[in-house]
Amino acid sequence: MIEVEHVSKAYGGRKVVDDISFRVKKGEILGFLGPNGAGKTTTMRILTCYMPATEGTARIAGHDVFEESLEVRRRIGYLPENPPLYPEMTVDSYLNFVARIKGVRSNARKARVGDAIEKCNLGDVRRRIIGRLSKGYKQRVGLAQAIVGNPEVLILDEPTIGLDPRQIHEVRSLIKGLGEAHTVILSTHILPEVSMTCSRVVIINNGKVVAQDTPEGLAHQMKGAERISLTVEAPAAAVREKILAIDGVLDVHAEEKGEVSTCSVECRLGSDLRRILARQIVDEGWGLLELRAVSMSLEDVFINLITQE
Amino acid sequence: MHNILAIWQREMKSYFVSPIAYVVLTVFLFLFGLFFFGNLAEVVQYTTMMQAQFGQSGQPIDVPAYVIQQLMRTTSLILLFLIPMLTMGLFSEEKKRGTIELLLTTPVGNFQALMGKYLASLTFLVILLAAGAVTLSPLFIYGQPDWKPMLAAFLGMLLYGAALLALGLFVSTLTENQIVAVVITFGLGLMLWLVSVFASSATGATRDVINYLSVISHLDDFIKGVIDTSHIIYYLTFAFVGLFLAYRSLESMRWKG
Ligand SMILES: Nc1ncnc2c1ncn2[C@@H]1O[C@H](COP(=O)(O)OP(=O)(O)OP(=O)(O)O)[C@@H](O)[C@H]1O
Ligand SMILES: [Mg+2]
Repeated sequence: MIEVEHVSKAYGGRKVVDDISFRVKKGEILGFLGPNGAGKTTTMRILTCYMPATEGTARIAGHDVFEESLEVRRRIGYLPENPPLYPEMTVDSYLNFVARIKGVRSNARKARVGDAIEKCNLGDVRRRIIGRLSKGYKQRVGLAQAIVGNPEVLILDEPTIGLDPRQIHEVRSLIKGLGEAHTVILSTHILPEVSMTCSRVVIINNGKVVAQDTPEGLAHQMKGAERISLTVEAPAAAVREKILAIDGVLDVHAEEKGEVSTCSVECRLGSDLRRILARQIVDEGWGLLELRAVSMSLEDVFINLITQE
Repeated sequence: MHNILAIWQREMKSYFVSPIAYVVLTVFLFLFGLFFFGNLAEVVQYTTMMQAQFGQSGQPIDVPAYVIQQLMRTTSLILLFLIPMLTMGLFSEEKKRGTIELLLTTPVGNFQALMGKYLASLTFLVILLAAGAVTLSPLFIYGQPDWKPMLAAFLGMLLYGAALLALGLFVSTLTENQIVAVVITFGLGLMLWLVSVFASSATGATRDVINYLSVISHLDDFIKGVIDTSHIIYYLTFAFVGLFLAYRSLESMRWKG
């Protein structure tokens, strides 16, 4: 449904999106994960025809976002990073306006607006002026705006930002529900959100794709190897120094408790350093009390992926 | 067409929920009325004086025509000040609020967004001029002035305003700051107003060109009640160029992001 091929975007010579490729199949919910400034918003803006890529092509439902932008625009619902609201309008008239410019026929408009209002829980505020709504409600109006035209593809830039926990939960189940009939891309910083809602994750950092897999796959891939917990009979500072010298070790946190030190060793992805660590400790003549591979949460994977190099 | 109408409607509503529309309308009517009665009083005083001096045999002067001509000259200046306020928000506000991201990612084309907004500002101008015309009704209550030259004058005012609106629309695509949009529009408008000053020092073809560019020199015939196609063409071309530049500016916005 969505095909992104070697897309790059440069601002004044600085590449903020660098050769990104991924595909999203119909009915999939893709989580777009990355730290601040990774290029998530930029990629989404390219996909929604808001601005063209410097290089590469992107297609939505078979239509090129640059060549056939009108066809693409007919098929997408987009929630930008800042919800695009007219503060002087009421929720109702705003959604009617959006439905109208998205080409919803006037006889279907009332039903579509009502549907969006219901899905986003806006029934109580539909006659209120948008400018006077709280931030969370504004975010929900933004979301309603994205789904009001019943588009095939939804592109949501941080859809749950600013919502209260209950709303976050509701919006997530809403997105999951939408995923049955629509194709969704959403960006987020919140890791549990990805494991809860998305069927696939693309992690980007500094404009490059650093991993893509299912959330379970990502967590599984790392299991056991990338973080090792150690308990050693030796001073923490000495342990830290020796272990940091080992190739493949990224970071060591060591704590001393009396005679023993407990350390948490972060290793480069895919390198299983358990044997090497054990040998090193024995060689130093320290007592090795415990050595254990710790399975990593998605959060750890994320931190690990984006702090490499 | 459908989208143009949707944009137009939204724009009209937003004019009338913001204080700007009411401020512009009030200031316009106040100044228009003030100068109307001021000019009227002046003419009446003048004619009475003439009659006292020369008796009934004095040259009769067409009071309504004279009043309208004076008034329209002033109005063109008032519009020069007020029109930038009608266009300042059209695109800069969308940019600032981020709603431009909505407009440019829906099936609304740049051209349709542009026309919807332009027509809304034009509609507001028509409302303004119509309200002004109503102010002139005393002339019809106390006499039977010739309405045709008045209509010509209002047509000229509308064309002149339409040209300035297109200029303002273009400027508002350039910035997300409304104040900047107002100042630049007003500055450019004033420049096109005063350009004829340079004509006096120029000669031959240069002089003609400068005079042709002047946004105000084309208004005089209308004010005198003469409808000349060449002037209509001038204002329409002006408006067209403004809209074209605005269109190009919108297109390039997609490139710059
Ligand atoms: N108009 C612009 N001109 C120049 N640089 C820009 C522009 N817009 C974005 N950038 C840069 O591009 C990079 C990527 O920005 P982007 O907004 O895509 O990040 P993001 O992943 O959405 O981050 P966040 O999580 O903070 O929303 C940033 O370094 C940003 O400074
Ligand atoms: Mg972003």
